[in-house]
Amino acid sequence: MPCLGGVAPSAGHFDDAATTTRAPSRSAFRIERERDVIRLTGDLRLAHAAPLWRQLCAATRDVSGAIAFDLSQADAIDGSTISLLMDLRAELVARGVHAEITAAPEAFRPLLRIYTAHPPPPRDGRSARRHPIEHLRDLARGARAEITNALDFLGNMGVALAAIVRDPRLGYWKSVPSHAEHAGADALPIVLLINALVGFAMAFQSAKQLQLYGANLYVADLVGISMTRELAPLMTAIVICGRSGAGYAAEIGTMKINEEIDALQTLGLRPYNWLVVPRGVAMLFVLPVLTVMADFVGVFGGMIVAVTDLDITPVGYLIETQLSVRPWDVATGLIKSVVFSVAIVGIACQQGFATSGGAESVGRRTTSTVVTSLFVLVFLDSVLTVIFRIFHV
Amino acid sequence: MQSNGRPIVVVKDLTIGWDGVVLQEHVSFEVRRGEIFGILGGSGSGKTTLLRYLVGLAQPEAGTIDIDGRGAPDLVSGLPPFGVMFQGGALFGSMTARENVALPLEEWTELPARAISAIAGTKLRLVGLEGAEEKLPSELSGGMKKRAAIARALALEPELVFLDEPSAGLDPELGVEIDALIKTLNETLGLTVVLVTHELASVYRIADRVIMLGRDEKRIIAAGDPRELRDSQDPRVSSFFHPKLEEP
Ligand SMILES: Nc1ncnc2c1ncn2[C@@H]1O[C@H](COP(=O)(O)OP(=O)(O)OP(=O)(O)O)[C@@H](O)[C@H]1O
Ligand SMILES: [Mg+2]
Repeated sequence: MPCLGGVAPSAGHFDDAATTTRAPSRSAFRIERERDVIRLTGDLRLAHAAPLWRQLCAATRDVSGAIAFDLSQADAIDGSTISLLMDLRAELVARGVHAEITAAPEAFRPLLRIYTAHPPPPRDGRSARRHPIEHLRDLARGARAEITNALDFLGNMGVALAAIVRDPRLGYWKSVPSHAEHAGADALPIVLLINALVGFAMAFQSAKQLQLYGANLYVADLVGISMTRELAPLMTAIVICGRSGAGYAAEIGTMKINEEIDALQTLGLRPYNWLVVPRGVAMLFVLPVLTVMADFVGVFGGMIVAVTDLDITPVGYLIETQLSVRPWDVATGLIKSVVFSVAIVGIACQQGFATSGGAESVGRRTTSTVVTSLFVLVFLDSVLTVIFRIFHV
Repeated sequence: MQSNGRPIVVVKDLTIGWDGVVLQEHVSFEVRRGEIFGILGGSGSGKTTLLRYLVGLAQPEAGTIDIDGRGAPDLVSGLPPFGVMFQGGALFGSMTARENVALPLEEWTELPARAISAIAGTKLRLVGLEGAEEKLPSELSGGMKKRAAIARALALEPELVFLDEPSAGLDPELGVEIDALIKTLNETLGLTVVLVTHELASVYRIADRVIMLGRDEKRIIAAGDPRELRDSQDPRVSSFFHPKLEEP
């Protein structure tokens, strides 16, 4: 058998840090095989583990019958190397080889004893690869768990709301103003800016077509009706879902994984009343108010285009808006925003409560809050638009 | 193992605290190479906080820390020369117990995946976690998390480990086993152990020397061999070692 030699890898992180004060880490180890004995000589510690492992694998590739790892010449050893030897031995045993670790110097005995007291579990040859069917089964399980989660949330919310209707003192009303401030006042600048830009862009897009037919003035009808009925409620809800919805999911999710929700319960507090209800109430108030403001700035954005591009006076634009936009148009937008606010808080809090595991789960739940909410918002918007149309409002 | 030679941790006149609130002042002590060094003190006296300074997670406002003759602990330039086990475990939540232990090996050795997994598996069995290797931290009990964290602290065979209450919250039998493990590693590998604890039994069993932080005094109130401190006449020290129910 050829004699395999090894020298420690040149100084890496390892040599200068983890093994600093040990014997000089450059010293060599040697692995020699003589028939059915593999003799390990020199420094066998983690700093040399990589070449050691390679050479041991090479040296044991073709063994059969019996093999002994002879440690009598080893100068130093640590738990990692022992782990490697034991792993190798387990593999050899699984191949039908009689393998053992022999002649360990007295000094290594206690270490060997504690490490070999827990041998690796016997190998079975089966590969760990999973069958595609198992993936499908996992998917189905995941979907079922999600549905259970959602129903669980709805059930708990139902109980919480019923309890609050019976006894309003069970709601945690104190935090409503601060939630309203965070979700509403703090979001005001971005909501106004976005809606003004939407009104502006819509007017700008249609300006050319309207000019073509000499219908310049109708830009006010177009902007007014589409802002109030459709765009202001939807855009506002989208912004709020990205800001507050994601925030709620992350907050509640973090509380969940830190066992804070459990702690709330052990303090006799009801997490749903405590966490969801105040956020929901705040949102039911905030979103319609923001939507009304969005209506105004949207119309204003359109007016800028009308005045600068379409030769309409501001007063003319406003009068036309007043004639074309009926109170019902604004009302349908507000009804939408009420429905949206329930959806945003419901989805965010549900996802928060469904969080389990670690920090990464909070991230996943936050993402899925935003994605699910966006879909649900647009879907509800379409449904409501159709319903309003059916009832001619 | 009896300690010998130059000290591996030297702390001089250290002040520790949080956001300007001083917890301990004029903390000075040395940990000798190869000893098991206990840090005792009541809850809230600043043991965990002191550990944060020792491992470089907090920078001293006053005083100096020297680790292994290389000056202040440095967590930015590469692998620090010690392992740390946090009081709560601080396992990475998205990784299984085995992956938690394997992570430092993957980052700092050239070993192939199978070898790393073998080492991580043995380390976990060493702390009695056989069968829990593929579990996520959220699926482990508090004591199991703690033991997985010990395994992770030992992953790179450091010469020095800081353990924050390794046997608190374990059942007595397991506590003794962990102590025995620490002692064996200390005796066979010369592992230096800085041990934060308030388990007196564990202190008597394995600590060579201890210091005791006084919560109200804001300084070290006793230092030396734990068996000597047990017989101390100082009321503050003896009340820690021999707690009594107050008479009403
Ligand atoms: N992250 C933190 N921010 C501010 N103060 C903290 C922080 N962590 C701890 N403290 C304060 O520092 C003091 C000491 O805390 P420390 O965790 O060091 O105590 P300890 O001695 O380890 O107690 P225990 O035995 O309960 O673990 C406490 O008063 C605590 O309130
Ligand atoms: Mg502590």
